[in-house]
Amino acid sequence: MAEKLLEVKNLTKQFSVGRNKVITAVNGLTFDIYKGETFGLVGESGCGKSTTGRTIIRLYEATSGQVLFDNEDVHGKKSKKDLLKFNRKMQMIFQDPSSSLNPRMTVMDIIAEGLDVHKLVSNEAERRGRVEELLQTVGLNKEHATRFPHEFSGGQRQRIGIARALAVQPELIIADEPISALDVSIQAQVVNLLKKLQKEQGLTYLFIAHDLSMVKYISDRIGVMYFGNMVELADSEELYKNPIHPYTKSLLSAIPLPDPNYERARQRTAYDPSIHDTSEEPEFREVKPGHWVRCTRKELEQYKKELGI
Amino acid sequence: MSKLLEVKDLKVSFNTFNGEVQAVRGVSFDLNKGETIAIVGESGSGKSVTSNAIMQLLPKPHGYVKGGEILFEGEDLVKKSTSEMRKIRGKDISMVFQDPMTSLNPTMKIGTQIMEGLIKHQKMSKEHAKKRAIELLDLVGIPQPEVRMKQYPHQFSGGMRQRVVVAISLACNPKILIADEPTTALDVTIQAQILELMKDIQKKTESAIIFITHDLGVVANVADRVAVMYAGKVVEIGTTDDIFYNPKHPYTWGLLGSMPTLDSAEEELFAIPGSPPDMTNPPQGDAFAARNKFALEIDKVMEPPMFKVSDTHYAATWLLHEDAPKIEPPASVQLRMQGFANTGNKVGDQ
Repeated sequence: MAEKLLEVKNLTKQFSVGRNKVITAVNGLTFDIYKGETFGLVGESGCGKSTTGRTIIRLYEATSGQVLFDNEDVHGKKSKKDLLKFNRKMQMIFQDPSSSLNPRMTVMDIIAEGLDVHKLVSNEAERRGRVEELLQTVGLNKEHATRFPHEFSGGQRQRIGIARALAVQPELIIADEPISALDVSIQAQVVNLLKKLQKEQGLTYLFIAHDLSMVKYISDRIGVMYFGNMVELADSEELYKNPIHPYTKSLLSAIPLPDPNYERARQRTAYDPSIHDTSEEPEFREVKPGHWVRCTRKELEQYKKELGI
Repeated sequence: MSKLLEVKDLKVSFNTFNGEVQAVRGVSFDLNKGETIAIVGESGSGKSVTSNAIMQLLPKPHGYVKGGEILFEGEDLVKKSTSEMRKIRGKDISMVFQDPMTSLNPTMKIGTQIMEGLIKHQKMSKEHAKKRAIELLDLVGIPQPEVRMKQYPHQFSGGMRQRVVVAISLACNPKILIADEPTTALDVTIQAQILELMKDIQKKTESAIIFITHDLGVVANVADRVAVMYAGKVVEIGTTDDIFYNPKHPYTWGLLGSMPTLDSAEEELFAIPGSPPDMTNPPQGDAFAARNKFALEIDKVMEPPMFKVSDTHYAATWLLHEDAPKIEPPASVQLRMQGFANTGNKVGDQ
């Protein structure tokens, strides 16, 4: 897992709202995603996790900072041809499967759109064959190809969305809350499918969600975001067992688990932002190998002392 | 314990262009004073329809109660007229809805919205109602209640708005509070706050709560008893411990299995295949049979009755019949039955 697929460097995205007013949705984010891993991005609504995903795939232009995909800058000037080439490598799965599929297109056309744009198929028979193959990959039947999105249930629609993303054989898939709109039992189906596809096709995922137990289950590494900043980044096991940043601790203590005995005994820790050392601007620092926390130098010492390093 | 509410064989249907949709097909449960019952199930299982039927909030005329009784303190709510119901709604039984954005009136000040019910039901004077409203806002943990009284819903955050909705629903000290997915639209940290708030208030006011949700984690947190619904029927009902540590119905297994544990190393989640049946034309036999890998031959022909597991625990599955083969829940579900907390209790330790 040494090879970096995506490098995000100091990424900032600002939106202007009204006159002379700017909202910084993403504030100097830096992280890497390695080939073949699943990187989970969690945080509460409004913390900038979706904006991060959308800026990485260039649905938004970055205000400053860099996104390097295979050492190539995603943003910046690009010819149409380069852009086309880049778009094939990165695809997105959206949260709401009913609004992200065109209601007037058949499933065949939805899935084949990418194939047409990138001219990956030369004739009608090949096109149909490829779509049918994709439908089978995501657990649908080839008879479904002639139907329209409204004829499917939520879980099936999300499968169509996944098939569309897979059509152009991307290397990285950004999944923005792909299961939040689905029922619990269907969530498990979709997560199992995503895991299976990753194993078979060596995909890399950026998995954005607020459901922490699902993120823990699917991710290799997790980044926690708070108000546009990444406050902690670690292996998922490490993050859940030894959270360091107080915000992560409070977030983890708030997850309800389906275990009544645990719930009865649960002590929630509230996050109080005022406990932080304000003598200097906090930076992203490595507390343990592979475990990064946003903190000041003083806090770094304190965290290390607590951990006994 | 005295029974506050008894729902007996409730059937609710909707007339649509495609024919009659049997959303609720014979639901029975009861609710005691000061207790919390959680109703869980997938979307379309009829859990919200059940609660709307209790409140007479079904869209008329195409939604109607086809049969059964809803006894509140011995009186049948189904037979109440609109004006009689209006006296009960908000006073004896009140409701918290899922989305705090749409359940508050955006053009009315928060204070006025809280006072409305007090003046109407409790016949309070305006001054008195105002004082009580400030108390209520204080109770639900909104700082500076005097100032907040004069503000509009858009000046509140999502979590604060839901607190206001809880305050309104509690205004007249209801005997029953129906909470229909009250925390689904909220973030986990806010969710935890609202749940704590509701439990806290329940202790003080001794209200009974019907909690509707699809999140089993939330259920484990708030409920005393749990009713699991599938395709318009209660398939398993029992105390929270019965349902989580000794589930008997394969559907309950599926629900538990589809949630990952925090220490799960397993490769695949135990998912329920397929999707819920079409309720315009409910399948013959057990509605869950088509998605159930433990289904028996009889499931396709005859619907299972409620089998008694213990005094508090009932489940509708033929697997509990004495002639049925002994089937153990799948290994991953057994793991969950032993409790999630093995490593979970480390989470968030200071």
